[in-house]
Amino acid sequence: MNRKTAQFLIAIISILSALIVSTLIIFMAGRDPVMIFQKMFQATLGSSYGTGQVVFRMTTLVFAGLAVALPFQVKLFNIGAEGQLQMGTFAAALTGALLPATLPSFSAISFCIFAAMGAGACWALLAALLKVRFGVNEVIATIMLNFIAQGITGYLLTYHFAIPSTVHTPPIIDAAIIPSFSSVTGVFAKSPANLSTLLAPCAALLLWVMLFKSRFGFEMRATGLQPEAARYGGINAGMHTLTAMSIGGAAAGLGAANILLGYKHYYEAGMSSGIGFTGIAVALLAGAHPLWIFFSALFFGMLEYGGLTVNAYIPKDIFMMIEAITILLVISFNALGKRIHQ
Amino acid sequence: MGAAVRLCGISKRFGTFAANSNISLSVEEGSIHALVGENGAGKSTLTKIIYGMIQPSEGEVYIQGKPVHFSSPREAIDAGVGMVHQHFMLIPTLTVAENIMLGDEHARLFQQLPLRRLKKLIQKHALEFGLAVDPDALVENLSVGEEQRVEILKLLFRKASIMIFDEPTAVLTPSETEHLFATLRTLRDKGNTIILITHKLDEVLSVADTVSVMRKGEIIGTMPAKSVTKPELARMMVGRNVLLKVTNPPPKPGKTVLDVKNLGYRTRQGVEKLHNLSFTVRAGEIYGIAGVEGNGQSELLQALYGLTPAGTLLTGEAMLKGRSVLGKNPAEITLMGVSLTPENRLRHAVILDYTVSANLLFGRHREPAFHRGAGFDNDALNRYCEQMIADYDIKCTSPTSQLLSSLSGGNQQKIVLARELNRPDISLLILAQPTRGVDIGAIETIHNKIIEARTKGMAILLISSELEEITALSTRIGTLYKGSIVHEFSQDEVSLNRNSEDEFHKEIGLHIT
Repeated sequence: MNRKTAQFLIAIISILSALIVSTLIIFMAGRDPVMIFQKMFQATLGSSYGTGQVVFRMTTLVFAGLAVALPFQVKLFNIGAEGQLQMGTFAAALTGALLPATLPSFSAISFCIFAAMGAGACWALLAALLKVRFGVNEVIATIMLNFIAQGITGYLLTYHFAIPSTVHTPPIIDAAIIPSFSSVTGVFAKSPANLSTLLAPCAALLLWVMLFKSRFGFEMRATGLQPEAARYGGINAGMHTLTAMSIGGAAAGLGAANILLGYKHYYEAGMSSGIGFTGIAVALLAGAHPLWIFFSALFFGMLEYGGLTVNAYIPKDIFMMIEAITILLVISFNALGKRIHQ
Repeated sequence: MGAAVRLCGISKRFGTFAANSNISLSVEEGSIHALVGENGAGKSTLTKIIYGMIQPSEGEVYIQGKPVHFSSPREAIDAGVGMVHQHFMLIPTLTVAENIMLGDEHARLFQQLPLRRLKKLIQKHALEFGLAVDPDALVENLSVGEEQRVEILKLLFRKASIMIFDEPTAVLTPSETEHLFATLRTLRDKGNTIILITHKLDEVLSVADTVSVMRKGEIIGTMPAKSVTKPELARMMVGRNVLLKVTNPPPKPGKTVLDVKNLGYRTRQGVEKLHNLSFTVRAGEIYGIAGVEGNGQSELLQALYGLTPAGTLLTGEAMLKGRSVLGKNPAEITLMGVSLTPENRLRHAVILDYTVSANLLFGRHREPAFHRGAGFDNDALNRYCEQMIADYDIKCTSPTSQLLSSLSGGNQQKIVLARELNRPDISLLILAQPTRGVDIGAIETIHNKIIEARTKGMAILLISSELEEITALSTRIGTLYKGSIVHEFSQDEVSLNRNSEDEFHKEIGLHIT
């Protein structure tokens, strides 16, 4: 059995075992697991609106997953997708609100997206610089930067940009709005799913080509696998640390296109909270592979929205447990597989 | 006398791979039993089974006639089996005496350590077995030879009468090796049993009583060391006739390519690693640097290839065809026509999780010949890989999908050499420990390729701790000791002495200690 099939099987087995565990928990909570899962299915993939909701959640998770996965290829653990996404959404909201209303739609959207990606990239670059220049562990740096991002956006929102007596910024100009699927094609009735979803496969494919087909990716992966050998091979390892983190941050910022330009149209405190952390789970389940992230994001998107729909019967926290158990199992099985291999 | 260790039908499988298959072996009490074989022949697996580090899939181990099932080295030690590892298991910040008693203190939790009794014991053993070492010295201040003595004392302290030595001479100077062999003989004469794992056939013939040859997980034969010759052993190990010494046609050196003058190297902490180091390498010659490891080889390589850690102070000069290499980075030095095989292959020369073909490319991926767009020209790459695999006899099933980690050490090294020897426009080739961890069969190929490259007119700098390799290949030899070239053997001296190898090695040995 080669490593790719082994990894795929590990992911599937982990998901199945996590589902079995959750069935047991639902059962112990005094509910009928069959009924819960049935309702969940009907409310998600069973309806047009539900599917739209899942697609909407999946899109942001793909971006958050890529934000973690790319640095992971260079053996950097980016815990900061949360903060990078927050900075990205805030930047997109401000740009979108301040742009002249007469701007054509394409440029307005592009400006907002670039602002979001730039903000996310800068926030991640800060952690990478600390690592390359001073040897600060990127896990600690990115966690701390999450808090700082929260503080900065909170302050700017409350004291400078919020509409008086509300907790959100003024709405972005109409031209900067990414239209929803239902308004363009009529599918996903009234759900928040919007055309920015199309950016997700583009981003994943682009990063896959960059990582596995280009010379740049050849060097970048080598740096991750064996930094010392990379130095002997004439590769500038520090540069790859910086670029991998920045590209990751930019991917996180791209999530703003979905939740802000496509859905909320203004920035509100806490609108992106938790997404960056789920992104870690998405990346881990996909083995940090840009294409598999799609499926893993779909799975987590279904759990997140599915959990909400059955919240009346059982607490949705149970589905957060499934997420966590899946990841723990993936990591344990991988470690076990390595030991058996030795 | 009976068998100290007897193995009956031992097999050990990892997945589908059989590291040991149906091994039966009996080690006489009070003898030195050598276990020889190529890398991956299963020597280490077998000794790990005896020492309780891994458990056999099948078969029985008998110690002093009693069947045993060790589940940890601790149990093996209690049964009188001890091991001296290739990499010493000592704590540098503790003293010799403390290291010896570590883990077996002969004292209750809050009792004073019985240091005085231990020191007496050390002195007694020192006299008896030639294991002189100061019990109060810190291990970090000891020489490698002394550290090894501490490891042996540890075994004696634990009353291990069966001692396993894993490649004990790999890190020793020739005189330290002699000293160790004297100790081993004394230990044997006092009734201890010694199992010696090695790939150096000369050592086997000089110190062992019995020798067992392993190949592909099986014992090919066991015989008295007196009744066998070096070529016979080599043939049994490899499975075919092997040329032990490469034919070295007379060189025709040309112009000076590398000129190192008064090179100095001072670490950030102010430790002087190289000083006044000078030598030249001409086109079409192999300049061999002989020396015991840790005398500045690594630092010299770092200086020549732009890999010095931040804060290092370099003085003097190193000119490649009139241009200085000091202060440049590896990519720039490569462009100047320097090719390097690093001393630590696994860490520095290859990416274990990359495929064979990606490793043949690694480090040369900036060459436009392999480029297409922002990616690679797969056709050109495949052609190049196929040619290298054929030229260097690299054994692999599918270069584009097989990971390098699944190859043997010899094949990995062949990949590194294939890649580095075939760079376009090389003027200087630096080879550091080119055959470390490589099988006898592969050494033959590698040595031939090195001589071939020299004949083509490359300037080659060879750094090796194997004197045999240095004398077999070099045109001139410099001896490195404490960061300087202390003596140089001229071209005539080397070619004259090459045929009387043993005396020549002794003479070189005088200059490196």
